[in-house]
Amino acid sequence: MSGWRGLIVPVVLLLLGEAAFRVFGYVGDTLAPPSAIFRGFAEAIGDGTMVTTTLQTFATVLGGTVIGAAFGLVVGCALGFWNLLYRFTYITIECLRPIPSVALLPLSLMIFGFGYKMEIAIVGFATAWPFLILTYSAISQVEPRLLEVAKVFGFGPVGTAWKLVLPAAAPRLMTALRLCIGIALVVAVTSEIVSNPQGLGHELMIAQETLRPHRMLAYLVLVGLIGWGLNNLLLWLQTRMFRHRGEVDTEVAA
Amino acid sequence: MSGKSGSVVIEFRDVGLYLGGKEITQNVEFNVRKGEFVCVIGASGCGKTTLLRLVSGLYQPTTGSVHVDGKKVDGPSRDVAIVFQDYSRALLPWRTAAGNVSLALEAIGMPRAERADRIHALLGKVGLAQHAAKYPSQLSGGMQQRLQIARSLAQGASILLMDEPFGALDAMTRQSLQDEVLELAADTGATVLFVTHDLEEALYLGDRVVALYSNPGRIARIVDIPLTRPRNQLSTREEPDFLHLRRELFGLMEEIHA
Repeated sequence: MSGWRGLIVPVVLLLLGEAAFRVFGYVGDTLAPPSAIFRGFAEAIGDGTMVTTTLQTFATVLGGTVIGAAFGLVVGCALGFWNLLYRFTYITIECLRPIPSVALLPLSLMIFGFGYKMEIAIVGFATAWPFLILTYSAISQVEPRLLEVAKVFGFGPVGTAWKLVLPAAAPRLMTALRLCIGIALVVAVTSEIVSNPQGLGHELMIAQETLRPHRMLAYLVLVGLIGWGLNNLLLWLQTRMFRHRGEVDTEVAA
Repeated sequence: MSGKSGSVVIEFRDVGLYLGGKEITQNVEFNVRKGEFVCVIGASGCGKTTLLRLVSGLYQPTTGSVHVDGKKVDGPSRDVAIVFQDYSRALLPWRTAAGNVSLALEAIGMPRAERADRIHALLGKVGLAQHAAKYPSQLSGGMQQRLQIARSLAQGASILLMDEPFGALDAMTRQSLQDEVLELAADTGATVLFVTHDLEEALYLGDRVVALYSNPGRIARIVDIPLTRPRNQLSTREEPDFLHLRRELFGLMEEIHA
C-alpha cells in the first residue's frame, strides 16, 4: 500500500482538532471534538440507528441509481444509434436535465408520499440525465474503425451493438456509473434532510434538532466515508474489468 | 499476366467517386483475376484505400460500378475480407487473440462447439498458436497484424483486401510478414488486392502493380511483374527484372508527383 501518505493529513487534522478543544475548553451546541464524534459513532452503532439508517440510504441510492442508469442507458443507446432520434429529442432533454432534482421533492411527495418510493424517484431522476448524456457520448466516441469491422463482417444492428459498440463503450459507462453513484448519495441525503423521514439525512437532522453535535458530526463523517468507499469500490472494479485495455499501442501513428 | 489466366473476380467499370463534393477517383477501370496478387501504389491521398473500400462495399461509386464475381457490389460480402492498416483500432481490445478470431466465426454463424478447433488452426497459420489467450495490448505490432490477418481469413473469403497492412511495422517484421502473406495467398488460392505506398513492396509481392495519379485518383499505369515465384527477400530483390521495374516505376512515381 502506497496510499498511506494520504492518511497523514486527516490524522493530523483530527489530532489538532482534539488538541484545540482541550486547550480552549470549548463546549457548545454546534461543534464537538473528534473524541466525542467517535463516541457519537459508538452510540449510534450501539442503539442500532446507524445501521438501519445506513441501509435505508443505501437502498435508495442503489434503487435510484439502477432505475436512473437503466433509463439513461436505454435512451442514451437509442440516441447514439439513431441520430435522427437525437435531433428530435435533444432540446427536450436539455430542458429537463437542468431541473434540480430536489425541486421535484414536493411533486414526488404528492405522488408517492413519504418513504422509499418518493426518494428513489428523485434519485432516479437525478442520475438518469448524466447517465443518458454520458452513454450517448460514449457511444458516439466508439472507434469508427470498429463499426467498419462490424459492417465488413456483416453484423446487423443487434450484433453490432452487442458485440462491438457496448463492450467498446463499457469503460466509459463504468465511469458514468461511478459519477452517478456520487450524485445519488448527495441527492438521497438531501431529500432525507429536506423532507423524507428516513435514512442518514434524517438522522443528521434529528441529531441537530436534539442538540447533539457529536452525533450529527458522526453521521456527517459517515456520509463522507460512504461516498469515498463507494467510489473506491467502483474504481477498483473498473480497473479490474478493463485492465487489458490500458496500454494503448503507440506503434501506429496514423 | 504472369501465368494467372483465371476468371475475372474483381471488376472496376469506369468507377468514379465523389465524397463531400470532392472527386476522389475518376474513370478507374481494371480487372483482377482469380488467384492474382495485385498491388496498388500511389502517393498518400491518391485514393488507393478508396479502391479497397469500393470493393468491400463500404463505399458506393458515384458513377460506374464495381463487380465481384460478376455481381455488382452493393454492400459488404462474406466473400470479401479486409485487413486494415491500423490493427490496434481494428482489433477488439477486450477480447483475447482467440476471441478476436472468434468474432469472424460468430459473424458467419459457426456453432460455438466448432469454433475452438478453427480458431486454433487459424492462429497456428499465422504463428500465434501460443498466444491465443493474450489480449491485443499484450502483443507486438507485428503479432497484432498477424492476428488481424487470421481474423480476416476466418471469414473464409476468397478475396483479401489489404490496406497498407505493414505500413506501421519495422523493416524486419515487415519482410517476414510479406513472405507470410505470399505463402497464405498461395496456400488458400485467395485473390489479393494490396494497397501500399512502398514501391518495392508492391514489386516484391505483386503479379501486377496498378499505379495511381492523385487528385483525383486515376490509373496512371498497370505494370506486369514477371518475377518468378516463390519470391525471396534476397534473390528476388537482386533480379535484373526487379531492378529494371524498380527504376521504371520510380521514374513513373516521380512523374506523378511532379
